[in-house]
Amino acid sequence: MPVNTRMSGNEAVAHAIKQINPDVMPAFPITPSTEIPQFVASMIANGEVDTEFIPVESEHSSMSAAIGSSAAGARTLTATSSCGLALMWEVLYVAASNRLPIVMAVVNRALSGPININAEHSDSMGARDSGWIQIYAENNQEVYDNFLQSYRIAEHKDVKLPVMICQDGFITSHAVENITLWDDEPIRQFVGEYEPEHYLMKADETMAVGPYAVSNYGMEAKRAQAEAMKNARQVILDVAKEFEELTGRKYGFFEEYELEDADYAIVAIGSVCGTAKDAIDELRRRGVRAGLLKIRVFRPFPDREIAAALKHCRAIAILDRAEGYNGNGGPLGAEVTAALYKAKAKAETVNMIYGLSGRDVRVEDLIKVYGNLEKLASGKIKYDDYPYIGLRK
Amino acid sequence: MEHLTEIRWHGRGGQGAKTAALLLADVAFNTGKYVQGFPEYGPERMGAPITAYDRISDRPIRVHSNIYEPDYVAVVDDTLLHTVDVTKGLKEDGAILINTLKTKEEILPFLNGYTGRVFTIDAHDICMRTLGKYFPNTPMLAGMVKISGIMEEDIFMKEMETSLKHKFAKKPEVLDGNMKALRLALEEVD
Repeated sequence: MPVNTRMSGNEAVAHAIKQINPDVMPAFPITPSTEIPQFVASMIANGEVDTEFIPVESEHSSMSAAIGSSAAGARTLTATSSCGLALMWEVLYVAASNRLPIVMAVVNRALSGPININAEHSDSMGARDSGWIQIYAENNQEVYDNFLQSYRIAEHKDVKLPVMICQDGFITSHAVENITLWDDEPIRQFVGEYEPEHYLMKADETMAVGPYAVSNYGMEAKRAQAEAMKNARQVILDVAKEFEELTGRKYGFFEEYELEDADYAIVAIGSVCGTAKDAIDELRRRGVRAGLLKIRVFRPFPDREIAAALKHCRAIAILDRAEGYNGNGGPLGAEVTAALYKAKAKAETVNMIYGLSGRDVRVEDLIKVYGNLEKLASGKIKYDDYPYIGLRK
Repeated sequence: MEHLTEIRWHGRGGQGAKTAALLLADVAFNTGKYVQGFPEYGPERMGAPITAYDRISDRPIRVHSNIYEPDYVAVVDDTLLHTVDVTKGLKEDGAILINTLKTKEEILPFLNGYTGRVFTIDAHDICMRTLGKYFPNTPMLAGMVKISGIMEEDIFMKEMETSLKHKFAKKPEVLDGNMKALRLALEEVD
């Protein structure tokens, strides 16, 4: 039975954790993700979950403890943001390469500096090549639904990789909005018990976790890890299909909004996509064929599917909430453009940067982006550089 | 967008402007609305100016930006009038509610020529008479319901009683004071 209620994005993640009741949560607080371990600590104190909470002295330690716990055979999670994720860097790779199905709630926030607590994707985008699956959300509903699906993906025998469940700091993590929750029992059945095949606490099997590999073997291990990431594509779709059967909510690699006949499209990640939908409705009323491709799964990167969905567009703006500091734009811009090139798409493209340090983006800003796409498609403007949205002069 | 009401709250860190915004979202949700209640954070510290927002609608809310042209504004602390342009973007057919000891006439010069409806409330007095402690968000919440008319007053009071009963299940003595504060605010704002 669905239950209609209202809660913040952080509460939504905490509710999913309560329903899943994982075994172990090591965590260190950092804004804006701090509420998640706080809520879990309350749930433990109230006897609502029997998760073992491990207070640690840093995020490097929280991820290290998560690795130990997951390797031992426990269903494990943690949460972090920004510099906390950056401090985990070294061990993120250890978690992924040891094929440990840890789930981490990432509440996206700017990296320093300047010091800033607001939404940006620079933290998880920096970790995009660490071997973790990354799934992003537009709102509280999606982050709840994504979290419920996460362990099924991470623990699947063809995958066995850690997963980041990302949402925009403050914009969704601290905004109270309507949400539909599901009863505990069907959710528990959907998620299932964790029964790992190999783990350190298994009495009749000895194994090593994280050993040295000489050149003769290291490359094969990395190739096998890459294969797991490829396998994740089908598993993500299968889990989404099963989730839809349970809840009626449909998920894929990305969401297409008014994209089928769109001349002009925005490609983006996260909460800005809701704002884009309002912009599109307004433009459609004016007769402009505007559309949106909202990326949900960034790792693995669904390049062929994205290119196929965008191929008919005349002009595309790819919006990054992270500066790449490479002189050419942001990470989403680079990967979507490459996907379009491989698919021999003819669309004009431009990569734009928005929302850094929590800079607000309004419906009007995105209407302007579509206006510029019309001009780009008709040759009235050209971009020599990658523009910023809402930059003060 | 005739179904959408947008509200902006100005306060200082620690005064409960964010709580008031979230409470309003809560009570509007209970009357069957789609809601969005969210704070705008800068460097968090006690006493610094903070802003919080509400969107209340008959339709699902997708936009995730701040509110620049609010229908209603609430000012929890009148010392903000010297430093913050509280009527910025405020619709002329909307209204502003200010928590102050001053009279409306004394407040008007600080509102940058705003010609819409202006309401004042002495939340401190209401709190002292009913709660014995200064929690301005309780009377401000009722004041906002009054000036915006987003719901019937008796429905609001009924919903508040239910949620306060739940919130203060272990402290029933607090319930009475809060209900009295809400009722006084509804009476005094006009």
